[in-house]
Amino acid sequence: MSLFSVARFAAVLVKEFIQMKRDRVTFGMMIGIPIMQLVLFGFAINNDPHDLPTMIEMNDASPTARAVLAGMEVSEYFQFVGVVTGQEDGDRALRDGRANFVVVIPPGFERDIIRGLAPQVLIAADASDPTAVSSAVGALQGILDVAVKQSLTGPLQAVAGSPAPFSVVVHKQFNPEGETATNIVPGLLAIILSMTMVMITAVAIVRESERGTMETLIATPVRPLEVMLGKILPYVFVGYVQTIVFLIAAQVLFAVPFTGSRLAFFVGFNLYIVVNLALGFLISTVARTQMQAMQISFFTLLPTILLSGFMFPFAGMPGWAQTIGSAIPATHFLRLVRKVMLKSADMADISGDMAAIAIILAVITTVSLLRYRQTLD
Amino acid sequence: MTDAPAIRVTGLTKRFGDRTVVDNFDMEVPKGAIYGFLGPNGSGKTTTIRMMCGLLTPDDGTGSCLGYDIRSESAAIKANVGYMTQKFSLYEDLTIRENLDFMARMYGLKNRKAVVTDTLTELGLLDRATQLAGTLSGGWKQRLALAACLQHDPRLLLLDEPTAGVDPKARRDFWDEIRRLSRKGVTVLVSTHYMDEAIQCDHIAYIAYGKKLISARAQDIPAQIGLTTWRVDGPDLTPLEDELLALPGVEQVARFGAALHVSGTDKAALDKVVAAQKARKTHSWQEKPAELEEAFIYLMATAVDNFAGSTA
Ligand SMILES: Nc1ncnc2c1ncn2[C@@H]1O[C@H](COP(=O)(O)OP(=O)(O)OP(=O)(O)O)[C@@H](O)[C@H]1O
Ligand SMILES: [Mg+2]
Repeated sequence: MSLFSVARFAAVLVKEFIQMKRDRVTFGMMIGIPIMQLVLFGFAINNDPHDLPTMIEMNDASPTARAVLAGMEVSEYFQFVGVVTGQEDGDRALRDGRANFVVVIPPGFERDIIRGLAPQVLIAADASDPTAVSSAVGALQGILDVAVKQSLTGPLQAVAGSPAPFSVVVHKQFNPEGETATNIVPGLLAIILSMTMVMITAVAIVRESERGTMETLIATPVRPLEVMLGKILPYVFVGYVQTIVFLIAAQVLFAVPFTGSRLAFFVGFNLYIVVNLALGFLISTVARTQMQAMQISFFTLLPTILLSGFMFPFAGMPGWAQTIGSAIPATHFLRLVRKVMLKSADMADISGDMAAIAIILAVITTVSLLRYRQTLD
Repeated sequence: MTDAPAIRVTGLTKRFGDRTVVDNFDMEVPKGAIYGFLGPNGSGKTTTIRMMCGLLTPDDGTGSCLGYDIRSESAAIKANVGYMTQKFSLYEDLTIRENLDFMARMYGLKNRKAVVTDTLTELGLLDRATQLAGTLSGGWKQRLALAACLQHDPRLLLLDEPTAGVDPKARRDFWDEIRRLSRKGVTVLVSTHYMDEAIQCDHIAYIAYGKKLISARAQDIPAQIGLTTWRVDGPDLTPLEDELLALPGVEQVARFGAALHVSGTDKAALDKVVAAQKARKTHSWQEKPAELEEAFIYLMATAVDNFAGSTA
């Protein structure tokens, strides 16, 4: 009796591929979900928002002040919808949602610029929806610099050359830390892979016992390892397809850069796929029906989305949430992908994240092999 | 080794939670025999068969299958046993050919393609080989399942109600095949609820509430049960049937063609009834040796569905 038979492993593998091919709906979902999620999350969150309602408190009627406002409006981020008459009025406008921004031009703005006093333009932003305002805020300093420089002509040109003739103070209200939008798309890869890999693996394995085919399967001389590998490998392939679809879409639709080491990405994402499949396998040892497998997978998805740093900045979470978050593979993969795609990371930079995923993988694999039964008990 | 039994289990016990489903079960199946495994629903037949081929771990007891230990050598058992499950458990979303091919790979068969094609030809399914197994009718599923577990030439067949839902002609073919295999030296353990199938077995074991009540060569069964049987001929048998059943000592009245077979295990009580009936001279009464048919009807009639879980 050989401990591992390639023929039996191949039998399970081929069977699994045929079943996958025949289950058109699931197959379509596996390809469709990455695209749909990317489009939904990507367009809803990543696209720079336009025409955000903005109100002004105008305390200086000088040409420079007007140039500032014109510059903001030209940028298309802001749309002036009204005037406020003081701080209280401005706060109310932000609170009840009439405006996302309130711009306060201080009295004597132009005069102070000329005197070199670097006056402050105060911009109060409703950051409760950080993605809505963060890119606008990010673009603000640049917009204003250009606008002011263009308006400072003639005798004022000397001032324009000096560093920071005025400063912009952004006062983010309701949510001090905003996410930058580019972070969302790479992070989405972690979520998509986790969502589909875990669920599909768990369901595919539980299907076997739910339909009763497990009985014929384990009445043959097949070994647990042959079953596990034969069932998991097709989904590694699915993970590859999803990732390729994702990367192409990220590039084509959102022009998300890929600045880091391709090798680091490849190694990291293989590890991440395996850890998700192992988690799916573990769930399949607990669930009795496909429905249960789906529900448990869904249950693991929530902390993955909420506590991994995808939805909320990891650093901003309370200690207990960070502890839970650290046990979630997506947390580490998320950092890994962001580093590799956006921050030009290489293998050395991601070794810590890889180690964390490897530890989680070791734990999950141990538990699932302990739980796996080769009998029907 | 040739005379060693194909299956020998002693004291086999299986509990699910606090229910003992198979209780101290002994069985010996001689090599090459057709061994019938009878018992009402829920009596523990499937559970016993699963323990024999290593799909369930017994809580107690020991046993061997084809000389391999059922606890420690289940891999070797699986390679040499063909197990046909009670519920269809091939892949419904695979075609007929793909299922057979899968099973052939699992047992590492050489000339896989040829073997599968032969199986399809014998089944008469060659022209439907690309049909999904799930779309077959119930009877055809059973035939496919049998064919699938025969491909690797197993030395022992464990068939769990193989002919449930199969039409009479196919059942006859089925049993012809089983007898042919038996002649070749294959041992067959088959569970069934059909009397006409039980009669074709060389040996019978009868189980109820997880306990074995009887196991013997088929021809010894009536004597073991100790039935006394009388044959009754005459007019108006139906009212008589009802009347007899109400009398003490009459445990079973079965219609055989134009006659009634009246049986009981308490010979004295039955004789008293017969004496009284004979005195009425309406019908002719003749004592006859009890046969397998009566014995099985007796066994099956006295058994209630064991699912309720009370103990016998
Ligand atoms: N996995 C299980 N968990 C709990 N109880 C079980 C399990 N499998 C079987 N049983 C119980 O064990 C008893 C025996 O079941 P088994 O399937 O062996 O009966 P059977 O003789 O094959 O019946 P049938 O003629 O209906 O096929 C039944 O009462 C059943 O409910
Ligand atoms: Mg059964």
